[in-house]
Amino acid sequence: MAGGIFAVLLIAFVVAMATQAVPAFSKLGVSFLWGSNWDPAHNHFGVLPFAVGTIETTVIAVALAVPIGLGTALALAYLAPRRLRAPLSTAVELLAAVPSVVYGLWGLVAVAPLFRTTVEPQLTSVLGWTGLLGGPNQGVGLLLAGVILFIMVLPTMVAISRDVLAAVPHDQVEGAMALGATRWQVLRKVIVPGARVGLLGAFTLATGRALGETVAVALVIGNSAHLAPSLKANAGTIPSLIVSSFGEASGTQLNVLFAAALVLLVVGIGVNALARVFVRSVKRSGAASVTVA
Amino acid sequence: MSSISFDSSLDPILSRRAAIQKIAASSIARRKVYSKVAISVCLLCLVVALIPLVAIITYVAAKGIPAWNADFFTQVTKPEGIPNGGVWNAIVGSLIIDGIAVAASVPFGILGGLFLAESDGPAAAAVRFSADILTGVPSITIGIFGYIVWVKTVGSYSGFAGAFAIAIIMLPVIMRAAETAIRGVPVTLREAGLSLGARRSTVARRVVLPAALPGLLTGVLLAVARGAGETAPLLFTIFGNQFFQANPTKAMEALPQAIYTYSSQPYNDLIQIAWGAALLLMVVILVLNVGSRLMAARLRRERR
Repeated sequence: MAGGIFAVLLIAFVVAMATQAVPAFSKLGVSFLWGSNWDPAHNHFGVLPFAVGTIETTVIAVALAVPIGLGTALALAYLAPRRLRAPLSTAVELLAAVPSVVYGLWGLVAVAPLFRTTVEPQLTSVLGWTGLLGGPNQGVGLLLAGVILFIMVLPTMVAISRDVLAAVPHDQVEGAMALGATRWQVLRKVIVPGARVGLLGAFTLATGRALGETVAVALVIGNSAHLAPSLKANAGTIPSLIVSSFGEASGTQLNVLFAAALVLLVVGIGVNALARVFVRSVKRSGAASVTVA
Repeated sequence: MSSISFDSSLDPILSRRAAIQKIAASSIARRKVYSKVAISVCLLCLVVALIPLVAIITYVAAKGIPAWNADFFTQVTKPEGIPNGGVWNAIVGSLIIDGIAVAASVPFGILGGLFLAESDGPAAAAVRFSADILTGVPSITIGIFGYIVWVKTVGSYSGFAGAFAIAIIMLPVIMRAAETAIRGVPVTLREAGLSLGARRSTVARRVVLPAALPGLLTGVLLAVARGAGETAPLLFTIFGNQFFQANPTKAMEALPQAIYTYSSQPYNDLIQIAWGAALLLMVVILVLNVGSRLMAARLRRERR
């Protein structure tokens, strides 16, 4: 019975937020969801810049986390010295235990100056032709937020990928080896395809974490309400908008923030449900137990 | 090696064999090089993944240790410019809020875990699924939920509202850990209890739960590690308080909240305090996390 709490809680979540969000929709219609002008003083509540910022930071984080996370997971499941695998796995997973506010503080004070003086100038000289890196090097901004998010979602990506990779049936691995495949060919042609669905689950969960992360992003993204012209520019995400403007919000603005939170919640539930379905199908078909961090 | 040598160019079969062997040899050499390179890249990824952990721990320690002094642990936060400020109010606030959250979530979590471990029907599957989703929902939405159902209803920010939000975060963690711990209790123990004529509920209470106790404790530690570091839910529920406040019906301070507040201010002495608090929070959480892992590993060894 106590378990029934969760279903009730999830429904209560959506209902509670929906009731608070309704005034925003009834006053502003639904168009504020894609309006690009955020100016509460003049009753303009377009949340598009924040939605775009959320997508941009998430894409940066996941684009880094997928290859590096997959490589790390392969190393931890099959390649690293056997005695080091468990302690190194724990070390990577501990990244998930560091509180997000500590990531924010570290990103703001330690990493942002490094970005301003070194990373951003270097990147601009190499990738400036893409037109994505215009404007001054200022440290805080979309790029830094994306990179901090990458570090934060990495343990999710690694822990689940490692488990599903390790769960690929051993007879398939041995069969490939018997045919003369090299170690890499076994990994690339047998193990990764065999764990495909579970890896998709890991990717989805990592995306979900990146979309909803609040405090760390709010500290390092620079909080601007304008569509960022460059990856180096200040921006905002939906969670950072809510947390940074909640204190002084009232009336319609507060309702708009609840509506934004509602969107975040619904997307969060959807993404997580999808991820669990992916990971669980591996669990059902697969050999070893899959633990989800 | 055969002692008689043929001119392979004269014999079509032999010449084909030589050609195939040459291709195979170059193929295996190429594949082996390729394999070595790709594996090195994977190991390099592992190194890259480990750098942030080392960097963040050393940096926070280097910045935080200088902030640790007697005042830091015993004084309340002072405004910018007034010396000898500390985070005593935040430490007490965190202890009270997390204590209430644990007290509220443990009974439900263990009962829920018992239910999941004892029943395998579609109801259990649905509960497990929604608990898993709840674990992944952005924590800011849990904070806003706490604001709507507690702060708005009661009419004020409070430690209880914060504890409510943190308890929601801890609950699924405790429940899934409890399920694992209870499933790990040997069936023979359960059967022995039942064969003595005890009811299922009695067996659960007197046999299964005591046997699962170490595992349950592990789960609680893990849940505390998870809940104590959360910031976003607190920002919408406890409001923050620069004065000492141990009454959970009032607005309180907590460590994550203090770090967030001071790190976004342009004053060096406040940022210094934020580093001290960040180190304290990080050490507590890492110790809890590693401690619960060690306990779990030891349990697994004993089972075998």
